[in-house]
Amino acid sequence: MGILIYTESENGKFKKSAYELASYGRAIADQLGVELIAVSFNHEDATQLGSYGVDQVIQINDPSLESFTAQQYASNLATIAQTKEIKLIVLSSSANAKYIAPLLAVSLSAGYASNVVGLPESLEPLTVKRSCFTNKAFNTCTLDNKVNIIGLSNNSYGSFENPKEVNFSQASAVIAETTIKVEQVEKSSGEVSIADADIVVSGGRGLKGPEHWHLIENLATTLGAATACSKPVSDMGWRPHSEHVGQTGKPVASNLYIAIGVSGAIQHLAGINSSKVKVVINNDPEAPFFKAADYGVIGDAFEVVPELIEKLKAFKSS
Amino acid sequence: MKILVCISHVPDTTSKINFVEGDTLFDKNGVQFVINPNDEFGLTRAVWFQQKQQAEVTVITVGDASCEPTLRKCLAIGANRAFRVDLQPSDGFEVAQQLSAHCKEENYDLIIAGRESIDYNGAMVPGMLSALLGYNFVTNCMALEIAGGTAKASREIDGGIETVSCELPLVIGAQKGLVEEKDLIIPNMRGIMQARQKSLSVLTPVESDAKSSISKYEKPAPKGEVKLVEPDQIDQLIDLLHYEAKVI
Ligand SMILES: Cc1cc2nc3c(=O)[nH]c(=O)nc-3n(C[C@H](O)[C@H](O)[C@H](O)COP(=O)(O)OP(=O)(O)OC[C@H]3O[C@@H](n4cnc5c(N)ncnc54)[C@H](O)[C@@H]3O)c2cc1C
Repeated sequence: MGILIYTESENGKFKKSAYELASYGRAIADQLGVELIAVSFNHEDATQLGSYGVDQVIQINDPSLESFTAQQYASNLATIAQTKEIKLIVLSSSANAKYIAPLLAVSLSAGYASNVVGLPESLEPLTVKRSCFTNKAFNTCTLDNKVNIIGLSNNSYGSFENPKEVNFSQASAVIAETTIKVEQVEKSSGEVSIADADIVVSGGRGLKGPEHWHLIENLATTLGAATACSKPVSDMGWRPHSEHVGQTGKPVASNLYIAIGVSGAIQHLAGINSSKVKVVINNDPEAPFFKAADYGVIGDAFEVVPELIEKLKAFKSS
Repeated sequence: MKILVCISHVPDTTSKINFVEGDTLFDKNGVQFVINPNDEFGLTRAVWFQQKQQAEVTVITVGDASCEPTLRKCLAIGANRAFRVDLQPSDGFEVAQQLSAHCKEENYDLIIAGRESIDYNGAMVPGMLSALLGYNFVTNCMALEIAGGTAKASREIDGGIETVSCELPLVIGAQKGLVEEKDLIIPNMRGIMQARQKSLSVLTPVESDAKSSISKYEKPAPKGEVKLVEPDQIDQLIDLLHYEAKVI
């Protein structure tokens, strides 16, 4: 029984999504009257999870889990799910969680719904709403299986403090057969990733060339935001591919998305639509982005952005 | 080397998404279908292996006869042969089961599927297929080299890139970066003519079961009007973002 969440951490700190999963799992656990169990890997101090409603934390600390391999992590989660007779597992939408989920689903013969955007509409049978057609629509889907897995869209539920008395335990790692060897991990240091960012500042072809990207970067730094770009900008090599957002690039589900010199083509909008608040800065009042945005400035980016940076700095220091 | 590329037949990225029959069915009316973009990156890389490393490239889809033009296009791009499993699948798990049955007969060295499709965005097929077959799996794959039965692959992670090595057989979830945009192949007349001669076989589905079912679709609520701020009143934008939207 109970609900299992996989709480991810980075550099010894839980990711924001860990608290969101805890809050989400708590709400379902309360409806079902069951325990909320979190699993963490190689994380020393997990006390904070208790503040967000977790009843039990199972810690697996083992050198074999030092670098992430999906097969290894999935086997460990599956073992715990089996011993605890878990019926529902909730994962985040991080790259790693989406890597694990289908492996876990097969090993537990579980149903899996990714991109779930809110609490289940029903728990018996499990019925959830998920986004599809790259954010252009939603579908309601029923998972009528003994075990099910929900992949929760990042930032779709939020996190809420709800202190609980936490019970900690350690489990030993199981070793899965895999010939996959992690050779190298390159992290763009110091920057916020698009997946984890609260705010994303994005630039399009309207910025005219890579030499003007200091505008985007300065604005992002001022806001503690991640930087992103439209597809042609990465295709032309002005920015790295990892910054390309949209239907064929990365999805964005931030609280605030600021698009500068981006026209708002359907493929771009599809990928960023689940951001909560959208701001557009564009000198063409006819740009389609104005139809998708919450706030807009019709103006020249080269004038508006420096002004915005100045004013924001003043605002932040006041 | 035997490569299988799993193809999803999806609405073109510019399609208007609508539903019919009381919002229970996707409206295909007037929609143009294409190779799922992530699958196309994979197919392009597969054709590269065919040209540079004498690989044989097979494409497969699980779907009804309306998917065949998409498979013909894959043949025109360069695949050697095509299969269609004659089934309207209910979910990604069902697709994975059908593909796995075919793969068990063929023993492919490398299986490429898009990391997710742009219609259902399930991100389940490649991973589930690898688990059903007991093969290695690397998703979000943005670079792949193969030499002497060993693969070296890069995977995009949140805020970085991870490089892994592993043995074949391998399933990858392909995505942007695996090939350059300019390397995508637009079929020429010769390719299109040759594609007509290549084999496209229809397979009878094996028994399979879905683990989820869709009961209803809906579109996002229509958005309110944009609030415009004059370029010389940027303070107002900051106020709106702080007090009204509460995002800064
Ligand atoms: C299959 C397919 C998939 C695609 N997937 C994606 C995707 O995932 N992501 C994506 O982004 N695109 C995607 N596209 C491309 C998409 O159709 C558009 O071409 C692209 O989004 C346009 O990029 P842009 O807005 O930067 O450039 P443009 O459309 O050229 O727009 C530039 C904008 O900048 C404005 N501008 C110019 N000068 C200034 C100035 N001084 N100040 C302020 N504004 C200025 C202009 O008014 C214009 O609106 C895809 C296309 C296809 C066919």
